[in-house]
Amino acid sequence: MKFEIEDVTVYFPYDNIYPEQYSYMVELKRALDARGHCLLEMPTGTGKTIALLSLITSYVLSKPQSPLKLIYCTRTVHEMEKTLAELKKLHDYQVKHLGPAARILAVGLSSRKNLCVNPRVLSAENRDSVDAGCRKLTASWVRALAERNPSVPTCEFFEEYERAGSGAVLPPGVYTLQDLRAFGKQKGWCPYFLARHMVQFANVIVYSYQYLLDPKVAGIISKEMQRECVVVFDEAHNIDNVCIEALSVSVRRQTLEGATRNLHRMEQEIERFKATDEGRLRAEYQRLVEGLAQRGDLRVNDTWLANPALPDDILKEAVPGNIRRADFFLRVLRRFVQYLKGRLETENVEKESPVAFVASVTNQAGIDQKTLKFCYDRLHSLMLTLEITDTDEFLHIQTICDFATLVGTYARGFSIIIEPFDERMPDVQDPVLQLSCHDASLAIKPVFDRFQTVVITSGTLSPIDLYPRLLNFNPVVSRSFTMSLTRDCICPMVLTRGSDQLPVSTKFDMRSDLGVVRNYGRLLLEMVSVVPDGIVCFFVSYSYMDEIVNSWNESGILKEIMQHKLVFIETQDVVETTLALDNYRRACDCGRGAVFFSVARGKVAEGIDFDRHYGRLVIMFGIPFQYTLSKILLARLEYLRDTFQIKEGDFLTFDALRQAAQCVGRVIRSKADYGMMIFADKRYSRHDKRSKLPGWILSHLRDAHLNLSTDMAVYIAREFLRKMAQPYDKAGSGSKKTLLSQEDVEKMGDGSLNEMLY
Amino acid sequence: MASGHVIKRAKYKTSVKDPGTAGVLKMAWDRLIFTPNHPNSASKLDVEFRFIKGHKNTKEGSNKPPWLNLTNDQGGSYIFEFESYSDLHICRDFVGKAIGRSGDTPAAASGKTDASFPEEQISTAELELRIKLLRENSELQKLHKQLVIGGILTEAEFWATRKKLLDRESNRKSKQRVGFKSAMISDIKPATDGRTNKVTFSLTPEVILQIFAEKPAVHAAFLSYVPSKMTEKDFWTKYFKAEYLHSTKNAVAAAAEAAEDEELAIFLRNDDILAKEARQKIRRVDPTVNIEADQGDDYTHLPDHGIFRDGGKDITELQHELYRRTLAHDLNRHAAVVLEGRTVEVELEDTRTVAEALAKFKRVESANEDSDGNANQGRLERISRITEIEDLQAPHGPPLAPLCIKDPRDYFDSQQVNAIKASAVAEGKKSNLSSREAYGSLRDSISQTKQMGLHNPVVKTKDALQVFNALSHDISRTKYDVGKNPQDSVLDKLPSTTKEQLLHHWTSIQELLRHFWSSYPITSSYLYAKVNRLKDAMSQIYPQLEEIKKSVPANHKQHVSVLVRQMHQALDAAFQHYDADLQKRSAKSSERPNGFA
Repeated sequence: MKFEIEDVTVYFPYDNIYPEQYSYMVELKRALDARGHCLLEMPTGTGKTIALLSLITSYVLSKPQSPLKLIYCTRTVHEMEKTLAELKKLHDYQVKHLGPAARILAVGLSSRKNLCVNPRVLSAENRDSVDAGCRKLTASWVRALAERNPSVPTCEFFEEYERAGSGAVLPPGVYTLQDLRAFGKQKGWCPYFLARHMVQFANVIVYSYQYLLDPKVAGIISKEMQRECVVVFDEAHNIDNVCIEALSVSVRRQTLEGATRNLHRMEQEIERFKATDEGRLRAEYQRLVEGLAQRGDLRVNDTWLANPALPDDILKEAVPGNIRRADFFLRVLRRFVQYLKGRLETENVEKESPVAFVASVTNQAGIDQKTLKFCYDRLHSLMLTLEITDTDEFLHIQTICDFATLVGTYARGFSIIIEPFDERMPDVQDPVLQLSCHDASLAIKPVFDRFQTVVITSGTLSPIDLYPRLLNFNPVVSRSFTMSLTRDCICPMVLTRGSDQLPVSTKFDMRSDLGVVRNYGRLLLEMVSVVPDGIVCFFVSYSYMDEIVNSWNESGILKEIMQHKLVFIETQDVVETTLALDNYRRACDCGRGAVFFSVARGKVAEGIDFDRHYGRLVIMFGIPFQYTLSKILLARLEYLRDTFQIKEGDFLTFDALRQAAQCVGRVIRSKADYGMMIFADKRYSRHDKRSKLPGWILSHLRDAHLNLSTDMAVYIAREFLRKMAQPYDKAGSGSKKTLLSQEDVEKMGDGSLNEMLY
Repeated sequence: MASGHVIKRAKYKTSVKDPGTAGVLKMAWDRLIFTPNHPNSASKLDVEFRFIKGHKNTKEGSNKPPWLNLTNDQGGSYIFEFESYSDLHICRDFVGKAIGRSGDTPAAASGKTDASFPEEQISTAELELRIKLLRENSELQKLHKQLVIGGILTEAEFWATRKKLLDRESNRKSKQRVGFKSAMISDIKPATDGRTNKVTFSLTPEVILQIFAEKPAVHAAFLSYVPSKMTEKDFWTKYFKAEYLHSTKNAVAAAAEAAEDEELAIFLRNDDILAKEARQKIRRVDPTVNIEADQGDDYTHLPDHGIFRDGGKDITELQHELYRRTLAHDLNRHAAVVLEGRTVEVELEDTRTVAEALAKFKRVESANEDSDGNANQGRLERISRITEIEDLQAPHGPPLAPLCIKDPRDYFDSQQVNAIKASAVAEGKKSNLSSREAYGSLRDSISQTKQMGLHNPVVKTKDALQVFNALSHDISRTKYDVGKNPQDSVLDKLPSTTKEQLLHHWTSIQELLRHFWSSYPITSSYLYAKVNRLKDAMSQIYPQLEEIKKSVPANHKQHVSVLVRQMHQALDAAFQHYDADLQKRSAKSSERPNGFA
């Protein structure tokens, strides 16, 4: 359908539109007009992504004089694929109605591992070996060598791509990773480098958060983006954690040992070069005197993880004199590694600020702050000079330099915590030195500064006023939408008691209680016999899931559950989990029915949808609090209290409930879909916990469903499922329309729509 | 043979070992008669062919004498020994035809098949199935006799509309495949005798198959070790020892045991074959659930990057990882195998055969996997289907109007209208009423209403009441007739002969009409001939129906006439369509003199 929002003609690829989507677009348009950032919460299952995509692309189409670029960030690769699939549909629609003028180029960008088509490189196991395998074939010195000596292997796809030169372009269209690979194979061009190249020209880029937030990656991929960009962070409820992780480093014994080996190897290389090709080292020295800005000249296939700290001055400043010479730099690094080794040998937990740490490094190892700050770039330059291609072997020394640069750059918002062992396993010595970032705004600040509009959106951003504080920005629009439902197609329940009427909870003192475990088991057993197709269960942690599943297995409950449905479990092995998920879907498709056990903060909870028959019921066993005794968490809480005046308890509850809401929110895909959510813990019935759930869940949580036992929950489930099986009017009845047709949208201006909605 | 009977000298034997009685075998189309040479002999035989179910004979060149074995429907058999193979062949051919004829087989009708219809090649199995169906269903047989033997329909046409019946018949033959049980095999509990420390496991081939399917390493080990290196019993003893070690969850002990015993280690270690399979499968996984791809994109989880030890992540013990197998892993594997279903179709007798059959299947499967290229395309289509929001758009698929025949009369009337309309269109009689005229007529009627006013009801109250009373009386009477017993229908009141006749006519009309309507539009001369045949057959039924109507006693006349009327209407619609089509056709062929027919 096609309609007007103020001066923009919106092309929307469906015949109907939800009222929420319409008002979401109106708000989004205001933010685009104001050239400011915005924060939008809209329930899952109301088509956020397509609303976002169609408004922004239509906005660009109606204002051809100011070309906006859309950078769409997803949390995971599979979400990226889904987004691109939706964009493809939209694009087809727009081209059909507007003709070739609507043609755009949209690419998804991922790592070499997901884009490479060279079978020799792909046979490697993990990403780092694929990266290294690629460099081994494409680095400029390798290619130079191959020119002289044809027996040196190169990558035919990259060679072909280089030969095509500026002719190697993607024709307009929407390219998923799969499409890119197919295109690359067909043309014989390397899809990875082609996509990297096309990023500059693309109208829409879809990639992972880290390509924008993690300075190591952002420096290479995203540095050439213009200011006129709309950046969208989808499913952004965890964005603060991503930011924090991007700037945190931990050093363990293995790291230091590996780093020592790396240093040794580099020393040998330097000796070799001194003997054979001393001019190369001298040239590097010369370059460093002039400053690191030179680095821009390096070829695209040689670029490598860039500086983790973004300040521009570092590129213009000359590298300090004491690390310009390669062997001097190695000596500095060796001293630093030695110093860290000493710090790891501690009996007690130590906590320090970066300033104090740098002071102690200067005193004991004689390395000043400025030198530390340049470590990462200096290492980068040295590795290029030494023509090191097996970069995956050198991860340890990279980590050390990364750490040094971060410590040297930031004076606040970080702390250094040294722990001799994990509290949960005090008898295993495993010392770790962690540089942990507490301030999420540090990593995201460059993004807010650089781009015109940043949109942060998710199904769960409650309380919505907390995010601007955590990320330190001022949104021009900040709205939370509720969901208008045609029928009550979601049914949240709080289960406080088991079948024996005793309370259930995963509170620390209760969680291993056999009665609780049995009650949880009985709950699931009753539910598998009532609910059709797929059921998803979320547990608070892997260890708790292991414990409870084993206990169910011993008591025979698991066997009874398996009489009704197949059981699949998320494990820490991603390959196995992926296969389990795939099988789970097939079991739901074929009508066999299945249960999926998953973990609230795990990979599955992060981005897998359990919509339609893939999830008719979600059971959240317990409240997924973080491990509160963690030193890092405590340090972060302290920082939040001191800087943002956020109370510890509030933050913990907020964090736990956004995870819980995220888990259960994955059941709904559209208003035609339906699903139940059971919060199985007595603590959910308390107002202070419950009220942190997003509004669209709360508004369907009836008072009568706040304090249920298993038998009552089963009764409600039966009733609910019977009700959902009845036919209904999709468009909604009476004055409250839940589905708008073309006519409806045209009929009302934006004023009357709001009246109708609220 | 063409004369319709065969006479040969033969010996009749009641069993294979019986020396036999010499005599003369005489076969006609409907029966076979054996007259022994010795008139006093007891083995005189007179059997009708419809009791004969099948026939077997010995082959020429084998060292057996020329025997013909006829089996009857009671399971008994008649064996004849002929003097020569040529005699045997003649008799065998005759018997085949005779059996076919007695079951109304195509042999009788195929001679009349229109040559332009592609002659179908039917297997004997299918032929037998058809015969069986006809035997079991007397109504079908009657219909077959009337239509096929009567030459109205060909054999193939008759069965084409009954494909389902044939399919279902043949499906019933293949047994339903049984899947694996949902219960895990770890549930096999050992039996103890209570006195010693010995435990006994009882393994069935069923369980073994499941173990092999879930644990390829055990399967491979079995193939390579048994029986060359150890006995089957030793093998399973080791296996259960390993299982016991797993169940103790003591990874250290398991590692120690494995270090000592090489074969035991195979059971304890993680399954390499599985890992390899997983790597292969992961490439074909639905990209919307592929978490593995994330790992390739996730730069914060480089080793030592990000937060290593916070509350969010769990800790794992890395030591002895090789010998740790978790319940979760077993559950996932088990569910995957159950989902795959049982893939081996062998008689579960011997462990060895089970193992080999499974291995063979695996090889075939992996060969198939290498060759499937268009799986990707299907996956992409699925994603785009999944990403769509279903209720924002009209449902997929061709638009359907629900078929709802409350009253068959309405249905056929509308069909008739359609037929007429079609002919009207064909003749170019389009209604070319202009909108002006339409408007004029509408205005007239409005002004008329204005003049007369609306308070005058269109129908007088008195008349309406009369009609209403008559109708309600009619309805209540039918209810009285029908409603006493829901199973009771009007038909049951009729004399049984009339009822049968009616039902028979009804089914044959249905059959004829089905063929009639399905042959439109007429695209070939074959269809044209068929329609003509059908029309003739239908017009023959027409007067028969009239006769029935006349012949029934007066008290049933009304019911019968209602029933007959429906049939007549259905036939009328067909005739009308036929005539309309013929007209159209002749109009066309006058333009084009080379038209068919």
